[in-house]
Amino acid sequence: MDPIRDTIEAVFRIERPRLVAGLARMVRDIALAEELAQDAFVTALSEWPDTGVPRQPGAWLMTAARRRAIDGLRRRPMLERVHAAIARDLEEQRDGHAEVLEAALDDDIGDELLALIFAACHPVLSREARVALTLRLIGGLTTAEIARAFLTGEATIAQRIVRARKRLAGAGLTFAVPRGREREGRLGSVLEVIYLIFNEGYAATAGEDLIRPSLCAEARRLGRILASRMPEEPEVHGLLALMELQSSRLATRTAPDGGPVPLTEQNRARWDRLLIGRGLAALARARAPDGSCGPYALQADLAACHARAATAADTDWVRIARLYDALAVALPSPVVELNRAIAHSMAFGPQAGLALLDALAMVEELGAYAPLPAARGDCLLRAGRPDEARAAFERAATLTRNARERDFLLRRAAACGG
Amino acid sequence: MRVMVLVKATADSEAGILPSNDLLEAMGKYNEELVNAGILLAGDGLKPSSAGKRVAFDGASRSVLDGPFAETRELVAGYWLWEVRDMAEAVEWVKRCPNPMPGPSEIEIRPLYEMADFAGAMTPDVADLHGRNRDRLGG
Repeated sequence: MDPIRDTIEAVFRIERPRLVAGLARMVRDIALAEELAQDAFVTALSEWPDTGVPRQPGAWLMTAARRRAIDGLRRRPMLERVHAAIARDLEEQRDGHAEVLEAALDDDIGDELLALIFAACHPVLSREARVALTLRLIGGLTTAEIARAFLTGEATIAQRIVRARKRLAGAGLTFAVPRGREREGRLGSVLEVIYLIFNEGYAATAGEDLIRPSLCAEARRLGRILASRMPEEPEVHGLLALMELQSSRLATRTAPDGGPVPLTEQNRARWDRLLIGRGLAALARARAPDGSCGPYALQADLAACHARAATAADTDWVRIARLYDALAVALPSPVVELNRAIAHSMAFGPQAGLALLDALAMVEELGAYAPLPAARGDCLLRAGRPDEARAAFERAATLTRNARERDFLLRRAAACGG
Repeated sequence: MRVMVLVKATADSEAGILPSNDLLEAMGKYNEELVNAGILLAGDGLKPSSAGKRVAFDGASRSVLDGPFAETRELVAGYWLWEVRDMAEAVEWVKRCPNPMPGPSEIEIRPLYEMADFAGAMTPDVADLHGRNRDRLGG
């Protein structure tokens, strides 16, 4: 309970990503940049309790970090690293290193943060490493927090981050926002990382460590940061729309006993209207200039169909079916096909659903996937074939590992009569 | 967590004096920073209380009072809705705001109740009613 320390920590949490981004750009080394930022923080902790928090704490921290970098010139092993960084600049710019340092410091730091995001999500890293590094560098989470959020040991995460930094240093990054052809693939990796973070939070269940559901807020924040810096990228808005819309239902998707509540049975009064409004606004910007929609925008549009429906009965299933048709092309997968079949059954009747479901019967990935026979059971029952429906529900019940879901499926089987 | 950040009224804001060009520019930059940090959800300025009305409740009676209202310092001249990690972060962001008024002024930060806070308190019927009303508001 130290108010000045809390203040300094809050300042540092706000400033750290930009500070590390600016320093990384300058010294071309994420680990060194983090070290310099940490030193500046320690300096602040010792000075600010006496001097008060400076009016422009970000600039103060940057100056302190820069002083450390120059001090480092006289000391090993930092000496070699800073030298190496400056040598790289010299090669590129054939300029005095002091001026290079100055120029790097005076650059617009907005783009540097974007460059840091792209570095943390670099495809040379494994997915797990990208996620951990992004949360560490941009989200400002501690290693311990990341470990708790991903139900992993702290040492594992620490090692993952150290390796990722080394890997990036070895890859000879330029710390620039990729352009042209490279950009599309690299942006895809950034969006994937943010959505992975979101889904990890979304998968959290009641009673778990609160840091887990907070990953959804963290991902939304990352999405908003990205949208503010890349407003011309439709899929950035698509992903943000998807996350805002899905978050609007976070409070209603779990029953008091911890069981899942299906979309059609959720209490829509408790859906978060502010997030729905923001999601719909982002979705409006998610269409490419040629009118096409990427996979994130399509999924956001699907979520929007539910968000717009005042009651489950008002759901525009025809639109949802058409969106799944498009998604099956943009993001083909057996699970998308299954959802497409369900949407068609809701829009055009059980026969239409069964026709698509029968085509999936041979797909190997769905061979032991409970939702497939469950969807068949539902269509068969609505088509007036209760005996086959019961058999399908019973088959689904044998496939699920979730006890609550099994009870639910067996109840549905029993309700088929016979 | 979400917080509502309330810019308190002053004699100037209550007199309907519009912010200077410099202040508008500084506020614009500040709002941009809030967007860039991913924390700004919504916000707007409010007209002086002379444009406002109050409805006073006492049992079954309802009486309408026209503005302006006294106790200027307790009135609100504008608000933001932010999503931040904690109160300390909200306080730091408020400190960075340009003084929103020509003279001394005050900004108040109030955390919102989250839906989870009401989980047990609202019956489904009452919650449905709230939802229907919000649906109409949302258009």
